[in-house]
Amino acid sequence: MAIEILNPGLASSIQDRGRPGYYEVGIPPSGAVDLYSALAANLLVGNDDGAALIEAAYMGPELRFTAPAVVAVTGAGMPVKVNGRSAPQWESFDIGAGDVLSFGFLEHGARIYIAVSGGIDVPLVLGSRSTYALGAFGGFDGRTLKAGDVLATGTDTGSGRPGRAVPEHLRPELSRELELRVMLGLYDYRLTPAGLTALLDTTWTLTPVADRVGFRYSGGTLEWKERVQPFGAGSDPSNIVDAGYPLGSIQVPGGVEPIILHRDAVSGGGYAMVATVISADLDAVGQSAPGSRTRFCPVSMEQALQARAETAARVRQLRTALS
Amino acid sequence: MSPLNSRYSWGGDEHLVVQLDEAMSLEVNFEAMAMARLLQSQKLPGVIDVCPANASLMVRFDPDVIAPAALEGAVRQVEREVGDAPSLTLQTRIVEVPVWYDDPFTNETGARFRDRHQRPEGNDLEFAAIENGLPSVQAFIDRHSGSPWITSMVGFVAGLPFLFQMVPQERQLEVPKYLRPRTDTPALTVGYGGCFSCIYSVRGAGGYQMFGVTPVPIFDPARKLPDFADFMVFFRPGDIVKFRAIDGDEYERVRQDVEAGAFRYRQSPVSFSLHDFLAGPDAYNATLLEALHGH
Repeated sequence: MAIEILNPGLASSIQDRGRPGYYEVGIPPSGAVDLYSALAANLLVGNDDGAALIEAAYMGPELRFTAPAVVAVTGAGMPVKVNGRSAPQWESFDIGAGDVLSFGFLEHGARIYIAVSGGIDVPLVLGSRSTYALGAFGGFDGRTLKAGDVLATGTDTGSGRPGRAVPEHLRPELSRELELRVMLGLYDYRLTPAGLTALLDTTWTLTPVADRVGFRYSGGTLEWKERVQPFGAGSDPSNIVDAGYPLGSIQVPGGVEPIILHRDAVSGGGYAMVATVISADLDAVGQSAPGSRTRFCPVSMEQALQARAETAARVRQLRTALS
Repeated sequence: MSPLNSRYSWGGDEHLVVQLDEAMSLEVNFEAMAMARLLQSQKLPGVIDVCPANASLMVRFDPDVIAPAALEGAVRQVEREVGDAPSLTLQTRIVEVPVWYDDPFTNETGARFRDRHQRPEGNDLEFAAIENGLPSVQAFIDRHSGSPWITSMVGFVAGLPFLFQMVPQERQLEVPKYLRPRTDTPALTVGYGGCFSCIYSVRGAGGYQMFGVTPVPIFDPARKLPDFADFMVFFRPGDIVKFRAIDGDEYERVRQDVEAGAFRYRQSPVSFSLHDFLAGPDAYNATLLEALHGH
């Protein structure tokens, strides 16, 4: 059973839960930028948690199936069509041999997830099927999908059946007004008090520079403390001796445009990070589209762990609903 | 570099970052590497990544498995146990990396991005020579390839080594980065920014000055060459690198060896004592080079 890519969309790639454990040599975890929606898509078609699926940003692909399958689409709001007729989202459905799956215009959010019963069959690289495009490995030939590519699906069709649906209250609310919870720290001591206030009081706007590596915002200017730079750090006050970058950390090159690093993050470099988005809010970053208005709200470690526990509880409810 | 200077901070609920010092030095880099090795050897449940950096250490963890306070306690204990950096000895290797300095590929790329550069005339090597008060490009190349470097960090993108030259600080070369990063850098470019050299593992964006290219692979996801039999990334923190200047003909010969799958790195295992190095860097470097050349 195969899937032919008639039109790849803008940036469609194969992803799974990711590739942890190699960040020390510059290989980021990769994986779906909205893990919750990806998990929901896999559960809907009866796949294992870690099955590979298609992540598509801003614009859906056009896919032709060579054999019948059970399919589900989750994530951003985007009309789903089979042979031009409307099909459900957040609900599994049957697709027949020769059928074409396509999509309408993005309504809210940024990324959709397309799961197929059996998963997408690409080789495991370092334990994962996720694409890492900067390193040119993983996924399908280490790159985003192109017209003419043919994807094989896995033989383990599991318990896929049509008509499963994620209950309304377990679907994410996708908004163009976001409050991202962050933990201050890392190099925030390099900002002046006014710089720190500006970070937290500005309503930032997501620029079009928003991909799996990072999300760049505009709207304010941060002020850095004047000082003699330490040996090896570089001359700009926002420069540091090159160090590791936490996933979700916010760096501000030159003090103007904050960048949130995401699942294909560069693993380190010489820009000071001033805060980190908590793990519970990384999916929301992944679903924000350019133009989204965003505030950074400081929380404590205790609050971050509480939010993490709430996310885990929601995942348990999702599993129960789809079991 | 003493524990009093280190700064512990959380990168969200999944990362602990320890800044050992704000400035770069061989001593602080050794401390970061030693802490990373000890922490990795402990295999603490819930620790996902231990990432040593130039003057800091980052740990990615799962707070559902190890509580943040417990992790911080374990890392502080590791910092105490590692103790005084100069007493450390590193079991590592020295490898030779041939470089075609002043090559046509990086010169062409540099010319394309001249509007992002501090000095529109000339190339990055001429700029670097002037910045360091050296009389010629050749004098700069001699300094760059004359003494070994230590791999002080691996990262940014897959397998990219940051390299720190093993000479006293007053002899270290320093170069600013491009005013605005380039959108293109040839793969295997030997770059320089701040006090660090690097070898770009893949083609892409870059902000370091470009001095040359090496024909030897450093990142091989297909693992075709024998030196990549174990892993797709060649460099590990602590690897010692000696650059050797080559010309275009030799570049082409080595490149063909790589293509044919016949290339092997010239390399030797070495034990590196920071104390002995600090006592006499030039003499110590000479013994390292003897190990590389098999005397």
